[in-house]
Amino acid sequence: MSHGNMNLTLKIWRQKNDKETGKLVTYPVKDISPDMSFLEMFDVLNEELINKGEEPIAFDHDCREGICGMCSMFINGRPHGPKRGVTTCQLHMRSFKNGDTIVVEPWRAAAFPVIKDLTVDRSAFDRIIAKGGFISVNTGNAQDANNIPIPKPDADASFEAAACIGCGACVATCKNSSAMLFVSAKISQLALLPQGRVEATTRVKNMVAQMDEEGFGNCTNTGACEIECPKGISLENIARMNREYFVANIKS
Amino acid sequence: MSKLDSKIPEGPLEQKWEKYKSSVALVNPANKRSLEVIVVGSGLAGASAASSLAEMGYKVKVFCFQDSARRAHSIAAQGGINAAKNYQNDGDSTYRLFYDTIKGGDYRAREANVYRLASVSANIIDQCVAMGVPLAREYGGMLSNRSFGGTQVQRTFYAAGQTGQQLLLGAYSGLQRQVGLGTVEMFARHEMLEVVNIEGKCRGIIARDLISGKLERHFGHAVLLCTGGYGNVFYLSTNAMGSNVTAAWKAHKKGAFFGNPCFTQIHPTCIPVSGDHQSKLTLMSESLRNDGRIWVPKKQGDTRKANEIPEDERDYYLERRYPAFGNLVPRDVASRAAKERCDAGYGVGNSKMAVYLDYKAAIERYGKTQAKKLNISNPTAEQLRVFGKQVVEEKYGNLFEMYEQITGENPYEVPMRIYPAVHYTMGGLWVDYNLMTTVPGLYALGEANFSDHGANRLGASALMQGLADGYFVIPYTIGAYLSKEISVKAISTDHEAFVNAEKDAQAIIDKLFAIKGTKSVDHFHKRLGKIMWDKCGMARNDKGLKEAITEIRALREEFWKDVRVPGTANDFNPELEKAGRVADFIELGELMCMDALNRSESCGGHFREESQTEEGEAMRKDEEFAYVAAWENKGNHTYEMHKEELKFEAIKIAARSYK
Repeated sequence: MSHGNMNLTLKIWRQKNDKETGKLVTYPVKDISPDMSFLEMFDVLNEELINKGEEPIAFDHDCREGICGMCSMFINGRPHGPKRGVTTCQLHMRSFKNGDTIVVEPWRAAAFPVIKDLTVDRSAFDRIIAKGGFISVNTGNAQDANNIPIPKPDADASFEAAACIGCGACVATCKNSSAMLFVSAKISQLALLPQGRVEATTRVKNMVAQMDEEGFGNCTNTGACEIECPKGISLENIARMNREYFVANIKS
Repeated sequence: MSKLDSKIPEGPLEQKWEKYKSSVALVNPANKRSLEVIVVGSGLAGASAASSLAEMGYKVKVFCFQDSARRAHSIAAQGGINAAKNYQNDGDSTYRLFYDTIKGGDYRAREANVYRLASVSANIIDQCVAMGVPLAREYGGMLSNRSFGGTQVQRTFYAAGQTGQQLLLGAYSGLQRQVGLGTVEMFARHEMLEVVNIEGKCRGIIARDLISGKLERHFGHAVLLCTGGYGNVFYLSTNAMGSNVTAAWKAHKKGAFFGNPCFTQIHPTCIPVSGDHQSKLTLMSESLRNDGRIWVPKKQGDTRKANEIPEDERDYYLERRYPAFGNLVPRDVASRAAKERCDAGYGVGNSKMAVYLDYKAAIERYGKTQAKKLNISNPTAEQLRVFGKQVVEEKYGNLFEMYEQITGENPYEVPMRIYPAVHYTMGGLWVDYNLMTTVPGLYALGEANFSDHGANRLGASALMQGLADGYFVIPYTIGAYLSKEISVKAISTDHEAFVNAEKDAQAIIDKLFAIKGTKSVDHFHKRLGKIMWDKCGMARNDKGLKEAITEIRALREEFWKDVRVPGTANDFNPELEKAGRVADFIELGELMCMDALNRSESCGGHFREESQTEEGEAMRKDEEFAYVAAWENKGNHTYEMHKEELKFEAIKIAARSYK
């Protein structure tokens, strides 16, 4: 089946499971359309592999519109590839040139073990949220929503932090495998809202403790996370988290 | 006598739910601790139900196929969530939201359920704000609203174009809180493959650990399916790649009736198909119809660029045909109108299967307002454009970016091209007022059930329904059942029913691997999708549906002879997952066509070409079809239809007009 006129060489990380070692395997792909998304190009390759009787490449993906945070490819040394502000599923082949060689690896971080090929385990993020990434309000306890007026700039800043999709690109790109951008985005979202202030102290301490326990590294302010974040989560959040953490430790 | 008992409480409509709540049996806290509930799916319905039930004291297990509960496809909802708050002082009320939903659903939804939905809608907003969901606000600090299709009030709450994301992450945070407290046990990367019934009651599930490939048995006193819709039966849809019908379909095969399977929502504003490599379609939020104007050239086959076509040669066909609602007619009406124009040869773009959604007028209008706000008395045209763009960017920025990303065109400069695409399924497992299916102890919530949207869902109502079911309905209605189960001890998963259900699931996996055919799973899925889109899509007729049924049966035979599933069962194997799902989609597709064939009226998203007015508007047949078609699976691909007659007591059933 012909789609377009791009021919590419892919070098893709293949790894059977978390116990065996993996390696880069070269696959040529032909007749790729510039209108395809990067993942649709993988669909074409996988279809070919299946037809040849080989095992297709395992990769995570779901919504394919840049919001679920499931896709996670490290492309030519950058999470989600060369374009800013997009996830892998939103990256289109028109961002590459005919004849390019493209290296595709999984997220690499001790806290994100490889499951198979390009699929990694990001459950550490869930465990961090479970330690405090919430407001403790049971269903049915709420007052009228407009009883808590929130200045628009605060609401907007909170929303911007809340836009994080939990994909883990920040961890993947960080030389320290730090999860500070992810954790600070959640802490900021809630710290900026009056509803979230009530538990601010315990929240930041518990979440940071879990982050450390999961084996994520520390932040050395290189700022790669902000550059690679598909949702543009700002480094300011890390500063805010540090401030919250400092205040929380002085208080207790 | 009908097998269906909808269990609608007695009394006047507006008092039913209040009375129900104050009289429903309760389960005391000590007993809750020994009652186990399984929740399948972690979207808005699943996450909100699981966290609410866990807060009440039940022992809850949650399953999702994604790597985290946070990825459920509710996350992709863009535009907003309706609630009858009347914050805008524009005459909204519970009754109006109820009325709009019944009318929008073309009088094919159950009044009592919809009234309840409308009456809890305001609580949802309170709950979400208390949980820290950053909904959009005005400068005074109050919540902001926008309007949406099918209504004349502003009752839609939103968070830019990411409302579903923010609401889901809110529900997920509540869920994770319970996980942290140990009241919810979370099973991510697990897929439900069977329900387990014991002595006529649902008592658990068989799930496959998608990493190890192992089948697991899980007991529950009750099972909640919150597994979303089945739009992916069409292959191309706005659903996530993994969205599937398997859980609901397995339940259907074990006794749960399927309600109105043919009711599918085709969303009018999606990015058109660009080629045969396409794996999914992307929605552009309906909220864009608030400010955007939809048009095609007045001349057939016009090859000029959009910006070269002068104003008087443009046909704003929705404004022309439906002056009262204009661009804000409900989704089914807008979709059919787009198809009508394209079929008649007025479509735009390379494929000619698209219409324009234009923001030029909105940018000008907002520019003027903004200039006034900034006290600029004689703004230049360029200033107006810049100001207007800023406002539009604030409201819809992420959607415009997404459009540019996918198409390579800048929608601030040229109109967007849009075309309808499969988006939502109003049909689903039949449930009674308690949200229980025809299998005792088995519930369906959110998009997985059929109950609230009739033949067409209004925009911003899916999020409302998911959270209503999970936060405010099931916590009460499950008590009606579980209060009678308090003496039932947890049943061992060595029980023969669990053993047999696991054998059934294993047998299907073994069968799939044994075929060793020549064609990939996607190959079959694409063919199924084409049959469904061509013959059971936006327009349906007797001949086409009969052909589709024959073709789908043949496809099913071929699938089970010639599909190729690579790899092994005891491994992380996405192809195997897809194969099981497509096998179920094929069976569902046949039932959808049967249902569409039976319903020889047009209503909502279901348009039968034989049943239309002279102007081409949909024509309902209330005498014959004011019922829910609930299909019973009789085994061996045979089905029996049962009717639940719909009684309209509060609303006078009338032709639906948006003119």
